[in-house]
Amino acid sequence: MRKSNEPMLWFLFGAGGVLAAFLAPIHILLTGIIGPAGGLGSSFEYEHVLALVSHPVTKLYLLALISLPLFHWAHRFRFTVVDLGLRASKRAIAVTFYGVAAIGSILSALIIVRL
Amino acid sequence: MSKETITLEVLRYRPEQEQEPTFQLYESEYREDWVVLDAINHIKDHIDGTLSYRWSCRMGVCGSCGMMINGEPKLSCAAFLRDYYPNPIRVEPLANFPIERDLVIVMDDFMEKLTSVKPWILREQEMPISEGEYRQTPAELARYKQFSMCMNCMLCYSACPVSALEPDFIGPAAIALAHRYNLDSRDQGRSWREQVLSTEEGIWACTYVGTCTTVCPVNVDPAGAIQQEKMSITAEWFKGVLMPWKGR
Ligand code: SF4
Ligand code: FES
Repeated sequence: MRKSNEPMLWFLFGAGGVLAAFLAPIHILLTGIIGPAGGLGSSFEYEHVLALVSHPVTKLYLLALISLPLFHWAHRFRFTVVDLGLRASKRAIAVTFYGVAAIGSILSALIIVRL
Repeated sequence: MSKETITLEVLRYRPEQEQEPTFQLYESEYREDWVVLDAINHIKDHIDGTLSYRWSCRMGVCGSCGMMINGEPKLSCAAFLRDYYPNPIRVEPLANFPIERDLVIVMDDFMEKLTSVKPWILREQEMPISEGEYRQTPAELARYKQFSMCMNCMLCYSACPVSALEPDFIGPAAIALAHRYNLDSRDQGRSWREQVLSTEEGIWACTYVGTCTTVCPVNVDPAGAIQQEKMSITAEWFKGVLMPWKGR
């Protein structure tokens, strides 16, 4: 039996799950519903938000908030697809899904850096 | 007064006379306080002595009477007829195992998986007998007690969709048992067991469906054991990456 490198992927999955479950809904609520409805007042204005997201700590936070749930998604879909019957091409499936998550993370990093 | 009856559709497989399993219908006597095993015993004693199945304690302790009852893995001594009456009940051998005969499954593979995790106390060095026994506090016992309650009924293997797809998966009960010894204060065998646990046939095959925990008749919570092992092994893995000089 081969020793597995799953711990890394599982850690990303777990961390992404926590963010997706606890933080993502708050963000959707704040920036998707309450903010546009005017509930955040002046703190939702462009200059204010721009200043907030220009801070390096916020940038790091945003990257984690986007990237980790992507890896969570990749892990789930990888096993869903394998369980649906595509067992023969397991490795290719893993590479595809984690690859998409990695590309998504890199793209968001590029955007976040330029904010 | 004519006695009430209930229909049991029982899977039969007699390898010397048939290629494929078939179903046989039996009309068993029905009593409100009977379980499925009572009806099967009634059939064996009064209707058809050739029916083969395993059972022993009749009280949910031995773990030998597991069967698929209307498609669900259950202890047949704990499944009451009245929960199904007046509808017929379909009784099959435990899913995800080869059938030996009728309701009897082949469990060799399960036994091999159980022993593969070395489910006994492992020591780097045994204490000499003159030093006395390995002592344990009630709190140390409480850490693993739940995981030591397994009676090897194999219901969790029948319920697990990963076991169905991945025959090499060592499975819920074997991992729960490994976890039980890993948590034991007298044991030092974690790193040996990890060689089996931390593989793609070990904990990493599990996709956390959780049906093992749902069907377990004695609340072992194998799904919990698997998740806890994933956490410990991930922590060990990070230690290995961040502090390679520590070795393992
Ligand atoms: S963990 Fe529970 S369901 Fe699985 S074999 Fe043990 S007692 Fe049975
Ligand atoms: S006969 Fe012992 S558990 Fe059912």
